[in-house]
Amino acid sequence: MEGMSDGLTWAAWLLIVPLAGALLAGVWPRAGRWIALATSVLVALLALGAAAQVWTQGPQVVSLGGWVPPLGIGLRLDGLAAFMLLVAALVGLFVGGYSLGYIPRDGHGERFWALWLWLWAALNALFLSGDVFNLYVTLELVVLASTALVALSGGAAALLAAMRYLMVGLLGSMAYLMGVALLYTQHGVLDLGLLAQRGGEGTAMMLAATLMSVGLMAKAALFPLHVWLPPAHGSAPAPASALLSALVVKGAFYILLRLWLTVFQDLAHPGVMQLLGGMGMLAVFWGGFMSLSADRLKPLVAYSTVAQVGYLFLAFPFLLAGPGGWHAAVFLVAAHATAKACLFMAAGNLQEANGGDDRLASVAEVMRARPLTSFALGIAGASLVGLPFTVGFVAKWILLQTAITSGAAFWAVGVVAGGLLTGAYVFRLLGPAFRPGPGRSGRPVPVLREGVTLALALVCVLLGFAGSAGLRLIAATPVAGPGG
Amino acid sequence: MAESLHAWPFFGSGVLLFVLGLHALVTRPHLLIKVLAFNVMGSGTFMVLLSAAARGSGEPDPVPQALVITGIVVAVSATAVALALMLRLYPILGGAGLPPGPPED
Repeated sequence: MEGMSDGLTWAAWLLIVPLAGALLAGVWPRAGRWIALATSVLVALLALGAAAQVWTQGPQVVSLGGWVPPLGIGLRLDGLAAFMLLVAALVGLFVGGYSLGYIPRDGHGERFWALWLWLWAALNALFLSGDVFNLYVTLELVVLASTALVALSGGAAALLAAMRYLMVGLLGSMAYLMGVALLYTQHGVLDLGLLAQRGGEGTAMMLAATLMSVGLMAKAALFPLHVWLPPAHGSAPAPASALLSALVVKGAFYILLRLWLTVFQDLAHPGVMQLLGGMGMLAVFWGGFMSLSADRLKPLVAYSTVAQVGYLFLAFPFLLAGPGGWHAAVFLVAAHATAKACLFMAAGNLQEANGGDDRLASVAEVMRARPLTSFALGIAGASLVGLPFTVGFVAKWILLQTAITSGAAFWAVGVVAGGLLTGAYVFRLLGPAFRPGPGRSGRPVPVLREGVTLALALVCVLLGFAGSAGLRLIAATPVAGPGG
Repeated sequence: MAESLHAWPFFGSGVLLFVLGLHALVTRPHLLIKVLAFNVMGSGTFMVLLSAAARGSGEPDPVPQALVITGIVVAVSATAVALALMLRLYPILGGAGLPPGPPED
């Protein structure tokens, strides 16, 4: 049963706190780092509280100000939302700690803190929105904050990548908004729950589903709409790359999943779902091959995001597998977010030590002399591949299990083949570091950063023990129709 | 929508504007044209929303109008960010045309 609550609840504070932090850090950039630190600890505690509430009392629907949909705008705090909030908080905490050693104390780099908190507030709002139009507003907030983060370093490549990203982001948002307009024309409501009750299969619904899905796929960088991602994530400052790859692309995936679980459930025909899954598999292979042929560290890690996003789209064919078929793909979000954030943080350490140069050939020398970062890179890489004793292993295992029990074993073949490809590029990245050769520690990198990177790598291992708890939390998501 | 035939011109021209804007946004390399095209797409979407306000035979539905106002605010903010980025890119590119294809790393 869905609990009803009004007034200021966990969900409301999860929006208010990062927003207040962003405003404070914006008007007082000198104190930005301390405001951001306090905010991130507070938001992480709130996310834990929200997850605990869902765990004990089940999904919550919050009517802000006591206004009930369709007139009011509701927030939904269910298992799926709580899980995403937790992932954002976990990655946010570590990226925050890392940034303390990355963002210089003065100059315009300090704007990072306000932008990061804006992004966090926008993502929390995105995860909690229970209304298709509000989701549009949060999508735009995420795009604007992310664009500024990509452009932060101010170089020509970064500005160009930010511009391309903004254009794709705005195009995606506008396609999504046109879908919202069609949905409203059809049903006259915007609340996800009310839209789910009305469902429908008409031409207008199919058009809305197509527009919204394509728009969100472009934002999630699903092959072949991924071309903007590698330059954008590759040229952003390291903590921004970590946030963008770990969380922002997942935001678009989250809305897409949410829509197909509720509004478009009547349209979820096998053919359509298989098509989405098939595109995901193409992304796994294309991204994998591009990673394998990259000769620089950050583009390699960025192309790997293109590949790993592909796995998430297996959620759609698994929707047909019965209740909870999609849970495995959502758990993979946590595995990829932690591993990818850690990889980008490690890449940032190595790039800085190597004087800004991240060519694989010369980075290997630095890797030999920096065991902390190299070890973190190894563990995060193992989690990305899905090797045992990491959360990536647990996630891929559940994914394989779902594929086999759902009677669609050919997806399992894709998962395993994609894993081998991931192994190939991770090994290509790590291999040279283990070969004998000259090592040099290069320019100094704050110990704090190397420590935080390694700590996040250890989280990739520890989260492996949270598999059943995570799945239980995700399962606390009310869905009607084929999903459960 | 059958009872509200008067809304069709709005719906139709909204869709037309959306498609025109989409075409220009994708095919034209000039950044200012891209930003304008995004705004044309936005106007098209807003017109479709306005046509939704004429659903039914009674008084116009106020919700789509509230959505359009919010949408305009969002579009203006996005336009401002895009223009600011364009101004930063102008001296670097020596113009406002986006070079074809993503840059090779």
